Formats: sequence, C-alpha cells, structure tokens
Amino acid sequence: MIVELGHFSLILALGLAFSLALLPAVGVYQRQPRLMQMAGSLSAGLFVFLLLSFVCLAYAFWTDDFSVAYVARNSNSALPLQYKMSAIWGAHEGSFLLWTLIMGGWTLAVSIFSRGLTLDMRARVLAILGALTIGFILFLLLTSNPFDRTLPVFPADGADLNPLLQDFGLIVHPPMLYMGYVGMAVPFAFAIATLTTGRLDAAWARWSRPWTNVAWAFLTVGITLGSWWAYYELGWGGWWFWDAVENASFMPWLIGTALIHSLAVTEKRGVFKSWTVLLAIFAFSFSLLGAFIVRSGVLTSVHAFAVDPERGMFILAFLVVVIGGSLLLYAIKVSGIKSEAGFDWTSRETMVLVNNLLLVTATGAVLLGTLYPLIYEALTDGKKISVGPPYFNAVFVPLMLLLFAAMAVSPTSRWKKTPIAFFTQQWRPMLASVLIVGALVFFLGSSFSGVVVLVDAMALWIVINLVRDFSSKVANKVQKIPSLFRQSMSYYGMLLGHVGIAVAVIGVCTTVYYTQEKDLRMAPGDVVNLAGYEFRFNEMRKVKGPNYIADQAEIEVLVDGVRQTVLYPEKRFYEASRNVMTEADIDPSLFRDLYVALGEPIGGDAWAVRVHYKPFVRWIWFGGLLIALGGFTTILDRRYRAVKQARQTSVVSSSGSNSASSAAI
Amino acid sequence: MKYIAVIFLLLALGTSGAASAAIDAYPFPSGEQRNQYNGLIAELRCPQCLNTNIAGSDAMIARDLRREVHRLVLDGQSDTQIREFMLARYGDFILYKPQLKAGTIVLWFGPLAFLLIAMAVIYRMVRRRKLQVAVLNDDDQARLQRMLSK
Amino acid sequence: MSDADHDVRTDSPDRSVTTNDSVNKSLLIPLAVFVGLVMILAVGFNLEDPHFLPSELIDQQFPEFSLNELNAPDRIVTHKDIKGQVALVNVWATWCPNCLIEHPELMRISREEGLPLYGINYNDESVKARQWLVRHNNPFQFNIVDDQGKLGIDLGVYGAPETFVLDANGVIRYRHVGPVTRRVWEETLRPVVDLLLSQASQSSTVMEG
Repeated sequence: MIVELGHFSLILALGLAFSLALLPAVGVYQRQPRLMQMAGSLSAGLFVFLLLSFVCLAYAFWTDDFSVAYVARNSNSALPLQYKMSAIWGAHEGSFLLWTLIMGGWTLAVSIFSRGLTLDMRARVLAILGALTIGFILFLLLTSNPFDRTLPVFPADGADLNPLLQDFGLIVHPPMLYMGYVGMAVPFAFAIATLTTGRLDAAWARWSRPWTNVAWAFLTVGITLGSWWAYYELGWGGWWFWDAVENASFMPWLIGTALIHSLAVTEKRGVFKSWTVLLAIFAFSFSLLGAFIVRSGVLTSVHAFAVDPERGMFILAFLVVVIGGSLLLYAIKVSGIKSEAGFDWTSRETMVLVNNLLLVTATGAVLLGTLYPLIYEALTDGKKISVGPPYFNAVFVPLMLLLFAAMAVSPTSRWKKTPIAFFTQQWRPMLASVLIVGALVFFLGSSFSGVVVLVDAMALWIVINLVRDFSSKVANKVQKIPSLFRQSMSYYGMLLGHVGIAVAVIGVCTTVYYTQEKDLRMAPGDVVNLAGYEFRFNEMRKVKGPNYIADQAEIEVLVDGVRQTVLYPEKRFYEASRNVMTEADIDPSLFRDLYVALGEPIGGDAWAVRVHYKPFVRWIWFGGLLIALGGFTTILDRRYRAVKQARQTSVVSSSGSNSASSAAI
Repeated sequence: MKYIAVIFLLLALGTSGAASAAIDAYPFPSGEQRNQYNGLIAELRCPQCLNTNIAGSDAMIARDLRREVHRLVLDGQSDTQIREFMLARYGDFILYKPQLKAGTIVLWFGPLAFLLIAMAVIYRMVRRRKLQVAVLNDDDQARLQRMLSK
Repeated sequence: MSDADHDVRTDSPDRSVTTNDSVNKSLLIPLAVFVGLVMILAVGFNLEDPHFLPSELIDQQFPEFSLNELNAPDRIVTHKDIKGQVALVNVWATWCPNCLIEHPELMRISREEGLPLYGINYNDESVKARQWLVRHNNPFQFNIVDDQGKLGIDLGVYGAPETFVLDANGVIRYRHVGPVTRRVWEETLRPVVDLLLSQASQSSTVMEG
C-alpha cells in the first residue's frame, strides 16, 4: 500500500513538474505576475511529492518488503539497518530516485533563496528546472521504476547488498556526488534563462555564482569521498583508477572549476559573458553524460549499474533534447554579442583564460580517453582497445602541472593589468620554496626525488603567495582582528580553495613517489620490515560479523621495539551472496598510512599478506575537503545576505520597474 | 548481447568473489625485477573483469596471468617482450597503455593539438581586444575633439 | 537581434556591437561537436557486448603444447594429435556451470555431426574431471590436461567455456565464447565448419588430381 503510494506520489510529482515547466513560462511570455509567482509554490509541491515518494521506498526497505523487486535485489533481512537505508541508493532505480529528489531539493532552494531575482527571471529559471525534472521523472516511471513489484511470487529473503557496498562510503558518497551533479543544473538553468531573455548581461553571473560554488563544492566532496572509499575498500591501496565512472564525475568537476573562475570574471569585469554561458551548459552536459555513462552499459566499469540499453537510449534522447537544444539556443542568441573591455597579457583575466584553457583541454583529454575504446571499435569494425591510467596520467598530469604553476601567481594578480614587478619579484618565493622543500626531502625522505621537490616546491610557492597577499591585506589595517572580519568570505573561500589544491597535490605527488609496499608470505610469528616499521604477524583467528564470518589476522606494528598499533585485516565470507572479500586494516595518520591486507591462505598456516607504507596519502582527501570548504565558504559572503536589505529597500522605493531591484543588488 | 553479460556474471561467480585484492607472495631475486613485475601487472588489463588490472583482480585468469608475468620477469624478459607475449594472445585490449599506431594518433596527439589550437584562438582574441581598445580610444579622442571644437 | 543593444545600458564597462551575421558560424562548433559525440555514443549500442573479446589467434596455427591426457595419464598429447581434419576444440572445467549447460549439445555434435571434438580440461583437478565425464558422458576424442592454464593463456582463453574451430591443417579459424547451444551450432559454428570441410575436400581433390 505504502509502495503504491510512493508510485502514485511520483506520478503526482510529474504533474507538478509539468505545471512548473509550463505555467510560469506562460506567465513570463504573457506578462502575468500571478502565473510567474506560482513557480514558488509549484516548486514546493514538487519537492514534497518527490520526498514522499522517496520516503515510501525507504519504508519498503525498513520493513524488508521483498515483494518490491528493487528491495529484493538489493537488501536482506540480516543487513544492518544503516545499510538497508543506504541500499535505497545502492543500485540504479533507487539511486535515480535520489537524484530526482535532489533535483527537487535544488529547485526548492532556488525558489526560496532567490527573492533578489526579478520575478521574470525567477520564473524562467524555475520553469527550466521543472522541465528538466519532467525528464528525470519520466525516466523513472517509464524505464526504471523502483516501485515495481515481484508479485505474484516473491522471495523469502533478499539477494543482499553487494558486500563492497556495505560500508560507510555508500552512506555518504552517492548523496554528496548527486548534490554536485544535479546542482550543476542551477547555473545551467540560469544560463538558459538568460539566453531566453535575449539580453546577455553580467547579472546572470552574479546570481549564478553562489549556486555554482556550492554545487561544485558538493561535487568535490563526493569525488573526495569516492577516492577515499576506494582506497580503504578495494584492498590494493589505489585511490584513483581513471575508470569510466570516476571520469564521469571528474569531467563535470573540471568544467565546474573552469566555470567558477569564469563566472568571477564575468561578474566583476563583464567579459567572457558568452563563454561563461557555454561553460555552464557544458558543466551540466557533462553531468548528464556522466549519468549516461554509468547507467547505459555502453562502457565497461566495475562501478557501472546493471546494463540496460533501453535506459541508455532514453538518457541519450534526453541528452540530445536538452543539450542539443541549449547549444542551438546558444548559437542563435549569442550571435552579435561582443564585449570589449580590454585587458593586458599580465591581467587576472588572462590568468582565468589560461585556467579555462587548461581545464577544458584536460576535460577533453579525459573524455577522449574514456570514449576512445568505443570510437576505435566502431571504426575498426570490432577490434578492442583499452585506454587506462598510463594514458590518462601521461596526458592529464602535464596539463595540471602547467595549471599548478600558473596558480602561484594567478590568485594574486590584478584585474586588467598586473605590474611586471609582481612577476619579477617571484624569484624570491620560488627560490625559498625550492630550498625549503629540497632540504625537507633531502633530510627526511627515504630517497631524493627531483620531481617531488619540484612539485612540492610549487605547492609551497602557491601557499607563500597566498599568505603574503592575506597578510598584506590585514597588515595595512591598524586593528588586526577586526580587519580579519572585514575581508570578504569570498576571499577566504578563494584562499581555502587554492590552499586545498596545494595540499592535495602534495599528497598525490609524495604518495606516488614514496609509497613502499611488499607482498609476501607470512605465517604466525613472522616479521617483516618496511620503511622503518616492523610488522609482526601474531596470530590468526575466526570472527563472526552480522552477516559474515571472517578469518582475522592480528598484526602488530612496532618501531624500535615499541608497539605503535595493532592491525586486524580480515578475509570475509558473506553468507547471503556467497561473496569473499578482503577487508584491509589501516593505521591512518597525518603523515603516513600503514596499510595491511590479506590475500589467500597458502599452505599450512601461512597467508599472502600485503603491507603498504603510504606517506602523505591523507593529504589528498584533506586537500579535497579544504577545497570544498572553500567553495562552501563563499556563500557566506555578506553581499548575498545583503539581498534581504535590497528587497526591503526595493519594496519601499517600489519604482515598479523590475530592472531597478536587480540593479540594487 | 544480454546473454553474454549473464554468462560473464555466472563465470565471475564461478571463479571468485567480488573485487578483492589480489595478493600473491611471489619471491624476486632483486628489487628491480620486483618493480618490473609490479609495473607490468598494473599495466595489464584483466581480460575477464570489468575494467581492472591484473594486479587488482582475484579472477582466475588474472591469477594465471600474474604467474606468467612473474615467470617471464624471472626469465629476464624485457617489458617490451612481455607486452608482446600478452598482445599475441589477447590483443590490444590487454594493454592499458594504448600502443602508438595509426589508429591511436588522434588519441595520443589530440589533446596537444587541441591545446595548441585553443592557445592560438585565445592569443588572437586577447590581441584583438587590445587593438580594439586602442581603436576605440582613437574614436573617443576624435569625438572629444569634435565636442571641444563646438 | 536588436535586443543586443540593451547591453549597452545595463552593463558597466563595455559596449556591445551588433554584427549583421544572423548566426555566427563559429558558435555552432559546440553543437557540431555535441552531435558527433552523440553519434559515437549511439554507435555504442550497436556494438558487440563490451565483455566480448575477439580472438587474436584467428588464422594462426594452434599453439604448440605437450601435455598429459586426462584418461591416460601416462600418455602425452601434442598439437600434432589434433591436426589432420576439421575439428572442434572445447575448453571446459568442472567448476564452470555453463560447461554443464552446453554439454548435451556437445554430445549431440560428436554423435551426429561427424567431426572430432577435443577437450581441454582447463585449470581443473583431473580426478574431478574424470568423474564428471563419467557422470555426464564423454563427447571428446581425448582431453588435454591444462591444470596450470598455460595452454589456455596461449590460446587467449579468458573464461570457460570456449570453443575453437580448426581447419584440416590445424589452423584456428573461429572462436566461440560461451556455451555452445543448438542455436549457436546452427547459426554460427556449422557454417564455418561446412566452409572448412568444403575447402578441405577441394584441396584434397587437387592433390589427388
């Protein structure tokens, strides 16, 4: 009954989505404020019914309702509760319901937090979001209904959630990722709305920025969590594999990064207007493309959901309509618009162009590598080829190193023109960085790597410049503490974001070059030495978990005879799915991870054991979180809060002209 | 098409569990050979799996191929020779680093070509802006003169 | 688009210029690239299953081997023993469920189609394999024990069952991955076999003549 309610709720949501797409749009073109205002309540209604639908599916999981096909495929009565709940988004249908719910959430948020927009613009944006939601709900109802029953026959118990997914990572990674993926629809909607007005002014950039920054920050969190999860879950110490599905999330992120920078330029300087619109269209396009890659089965991946060409066709058709339509609209409406503010080669505008150039090229390279097997197979009539990490690393890393180098001077460059002296003085922080890092690596590193010194020195150079800029802003004020608060939150967001990248890159470079690992045969009593740590295999025991039994090893870690920690890697056997999985144990710390995993038993009481020493690996995800924090920080900027005051003044002064209130912001 | 997918699902169940770590305790006489081995097994794709290298897969064929790579490394074969061995049996699919040949020129040089073309476009665009600003300034000057002379 | 002129008033530092082109051609580039992308993705639906791998050994001699025979452990069989006529070589194992599924059809082929069937017992235990054949009957002329999987690797095998079609000279001409059902035989294998048989008889008449 509840399940049917969920299904019905989804259908009602579809009706509301249609209304949201049509009525406010009619209001815009007929100039009827009443219809335009309906966008707000329609958005709220849409969200409520999507939420209700989701809650009904959650209920089915909560109550172990195996007459629902999706629940039967992905859950089990012995599954711990937190995994029963996260199993809702553990496979295709349910995760897409989550995606659609999140779309409803963003739409509602835009309707609430855009009182500063003109009524006309708000109506356009919400109508576009509503139109997109129609597509998502239709996809669910027509091809991927999570509420399908298995009746008349239904299983006594479910097939269980894949053991790899029975993990904290499943609880957080997909929701964060979808918040980012779907969030890119907001700048997209703003861009399209602006195109439909025929006026490409910089105001759309001002409105879009906070939404884009937040969506991008969520995407950053999602990707960071995914990398961290893969690291501790998969058992071989890797944290990025350039898998098609990983790339599917990374491409919108790269474009998103270009977009947030381009939006800043468009807002502040009024240039790149049409390019930024195009980037906003691209960002969401890559989100949709990501959904296609993951759910259509066209590309092979360990992460991909179950293969179904019918679903792929639907998404592809949706892609054609939405993106094809947007690009056509772009070509038509942007013709003849040129802005002419000039800027010098040394300006921040040029820096952003460099940023965009490198990020877009990188995205193109990742796209090419991801799709190339498909292209090759089509062109050679069936021959197969693989494109993997060696290709992606070879192409991506040099581009990013260039960007990284540019990052040292870009955030602190000036608009329009930066004095040459700024650049010529850079030799000081450059030299200081190289010397400091060189010394650190020489004295503390197990070996000397020129590449690590170079890259980490660039990171330090970036940080030095940011710190110098910050302290010069604060130093000029007589009262230091209050001046800290007078810097805008956007500025702090910028600092955090760039520092985050530096930290993440230090993590990547150091761990890639200084990781040490050993795979060897160990029996109880054996000892192995790695990177100054002594790993002692004490004993093997059997343990029982909620839905598995495991062989667990006790491995003690000592330094100079002093116990540091004990690790308990396991080899688990999940009864319901009959899967065998290795569960690594990790001793994390800021400067190094110690990682132990079990292989197979090899004769007698010996096991194959893998031992890793991974220095600075946590810095990768710590950096990722800092970047995201930077993105989130920017929306605390007071100019977005000033919207409230502007609204009050515009109500009071009430000139009757919509453009006046938008100019006040 | 779907049938074959089902077959592979069954095969996967028949051979091993989900994506587990593949940990062998192979002995190596030297660190270089160990590094060579580790490098190769990261670069070779498991023919049966859903996008994993043979280092990261527990599948039977991955295990067998790791054993072969170990044997070939101990035999003193070079990276190129070992790749040739694999190519002869499994084709381009098994190499994660696509070989440079006619069919992969676009793949390997595409990004660079794109970068160069985009750089040229940007260069022209920025230069045009600077020229236009100069031109406008001249126009503005002329207007100014006319206004002043009135 | 006359609306473009509005830009002049609402924006601060810059002016906009209307050109007379209706649609600037370069703005259509993103759309063109997108169309290309869609075509690539659409092609993906018509391709072979992503899990299918074509064989590298087509038109090559069957790899050399020298291994024990399953039912006569003292006897060594080599690649020469499967040469001489058009034949099928089937890679199977007791742990492989699809091998059991295809087994009746293999029995039928060995009875009715008049061509020899050789088996490669792949990555298996010989004791179990012998018992399996007793239980389910044996369609094979003989079975090659490949307990290490090395012959399998030389053949580019990546999962059982696989079936190779050899011509009269011991050259691999076709590989089928997956169970051999009646339909697979009728639609895929038989045409190849028939072609090879007719080629074999042609060349032998030439030799005789």
